[in-house]
Amino acid sequence: MTRVLVCVKRVPDSSGEVVLTDDGQAVDGRYAGFTISDHENCAVELGIRLADATGGSVTVLTVGPAEAVDQLRAALALGAGAAVHVQADPARLGPDDVAHEIAAVVRDHRAAGAAYDLVLLGNDASDSGDFQVPVRLGYRLGLPIVTGASTAEVTGDRVIAEADGPEGRETYSVPLPAVVSVLEGGVEPRYPTMRGRMAARKIEVETRQPTREPVGPSRVRLLLPPPAPATAEVLGEGPEAAPAVVDLFERLGVGR
Amino acid sequence: MILVLVETADGAAAEVSLETLALARALAAEGGGVPVQAVVVGEVPDPAALAEELGEHGVAEVHQATGDGVAAFGGAAWAAAVQEAREATGSVVVTAAGSVRGNEVLAHLAARLQVPMAANVTAFSGLAPFVVTRQVVGGAALEEMRLDQRPAVFTVAGHAWQAAVAPTGPATWHTFAPDVAPADLVASVVSVAEKEPDTSDSLRSARVVVGAGRGAGGPDGFAPVAELAELLGGAVGVSRVVTSLGWRPHHEQVGQTGSRITPDLYVPCGISGAIQHWAGCASSKTILAINTDPDAPMMTKATYAVVGDMHEVVPAIVAELRRRRTGVEC
Ligand SMILES: Cc1cc2nc3c(=O)[nH]c(=O)nc-3n(C[C@H](O)[C@H](O)[C@H](O)COP(=O)(O)OP(=O)(O)OC[C@H]3O[C@@H](n4cnc5c(N)ncnc54)[C@H](O)[C@@H]3O)c2cc1C
Repeated sequence: MTRVLVCVKRVPDSSGEVVLTDDGQAVDGRYAGFTISDHENCAVELGIRLADATGGSVTVLTVGPAEAVDQLRAALALGAGAAVHVQADPARLGPDDVAHEIAAVVRDHRAAGAAYDLVLLGNDASDSGDFQVPVRLGYRLGLPIVTGASTAEVTGDRVIAEADGPEGRETYSVPLPAVVSVLEGGVEPRYPTMRGRMAARKIEVETRQPTREPVGPSRVRLLLPPPAPATAEVLGEGPEAAPAVVDLFERLGVGR
Repeated sequence: MILVLVETADGAAAEVSLETLALARALAAEGGGVPVQAVVVGEVPDPAALAEELGEHGVAEVHQATGDGVAAFGGAAWAAAVQEAREATGSVVVTAAGSVRGNEVLAHLAARLQVPMAANVTAFSGLAPFVVTRQVVGGAALEEMRLDQRPAVFTVAGHAWQAAVAPTGPATWHTFAPDVAPADLVASVVSVAEKEPDTSDSLRSARVVVGAGRGAGGPDGFAPVAELAELLGGAVGVSRVVTSLGWRPHHEQVGQTGSRITPDLYVPCGISGAIQHWAGCASSKTILAINTDPDAPMMTKATYAVVGDMHEVVPAIVAELRRRRTGVEC
């Protein structure tokens, strides 16, 4: 009966061209659209699997603008059973602010008799790339933290998580409750079903306000790297380019 | 004092740690020549050799944390050791490589000290206020960030700086047994699986590297790439997407969180050329990119480009090479 909280962040889709807002404080995602990071897609998947395996439940949480409810609905459609939305402007929040707000939700739910066994997050958000919200959350809650796990299983009152370390695949065995940050690659995220989408619409999202004035991200500004001039000489198109390529190998004297 | 967490591999300093030392020395010079010290956590086979190597890279003193508390890796336990070293040295800056370990341990340190942390820094500008530039949005944008509090805690993006020697003579070696609280030992590694044979040394020293990314399409898409690499007497290198998806082992990864390669020729196939990948291959003498998208960053930054499907182009190159070698069609 593992009760899992999965934290997701609405981020601009950065697979195409990245545009900044006029004040240089954020990425303008209005044209590219919004999503959650791949690591978080895997965290949602892991959370649902863990809950299913133990007859437990998944709650999904986001700290973000009003529109971030889209990302909550997407996770609900996959099988999360409840959602919490802390409404805040992400450009004004630093990693410690986010950890603080998540911790406040965890404590309040615990006080209301709905304690979580496991909090899952992505290892790093694809926009701010701070690599620290999970760790700061663990310290705020006084819980053990495993970072960069690609798989996790609950056995008894422990979570067994695996992560790739410099010396090989590492296993952690940590007593619950715990905080685990997830790295993509260990599980294949599922797709929503029509039934899941319909069910998700009926779930009421718990909406909250931040519990403190944010410290902020210490950001001076964002910059785009200067565009690199195109310098490549095109040798050809398709398989017909092969002779020109091998001519090049011969000129460079490689492969002899 | 600037304190650098140095990671080791087979007893030698990791390349990314030496790169971090290069940035630390530049920062030390900017600060009027403050000493750079290193903290090493866990056992090392030959401290004298490591002291000599780190001395070559400008380290005055090494603080080695030893004992049961840090015998197995744990983010909190290692951070406790770094925290003790930083207190003992009175360091105002603590930095590490933007590696898996570096980002994790310094995140713990920053949380314990309740100071900000900047991940994946590529440059710094100005000391008062201390402003760093770091990679955000997967490298598509940069952020200038203030680090007002002391110690300033940050990690350095892999291969953003180049390791360079700056000899000061062998570093002085101190060992200490950090006081690790039981709570800090709860999330430590309990076992490590035997790693598959690591070929990253031959990748780093290869004269030719044939690369493959998401464009390979799946674990079965690498045979022509491997064949071309073999014909050219080279090695296979891959993007992080490929290792994340488990198509190829991590030790074949090129880039910021993989190897930095320096071949005469690099042939990236189906690799878009994200900044983190570029960080590992920018020192290649010649780059021949093969990609369906003529506007992919790798295609514009390369020396030569072939527009096309790698599943057609690479086998055609292999066939042409064989034909010229044997003089027969195959
Ligand atoms: C902190 C951090 C560290 C990172 N470290 C690394 C690192 O060390 N190394 C690394 O590589 N990445 C790293 N990345 C990831 C990096 O940002 C990119 O996501 C990754 O390099 C993309 O891999 P790719 O080029 O294979 O995939 P994509 O970006 O998806 O590109 C695939 C390319 O293949 C082309 N293509 C598709 N089909 C074909 C075909 N049939 N024939 C030819 N071309 C085709 C497409 O046009 C496209 O250009 C890191 C990211 C972060 C945030």
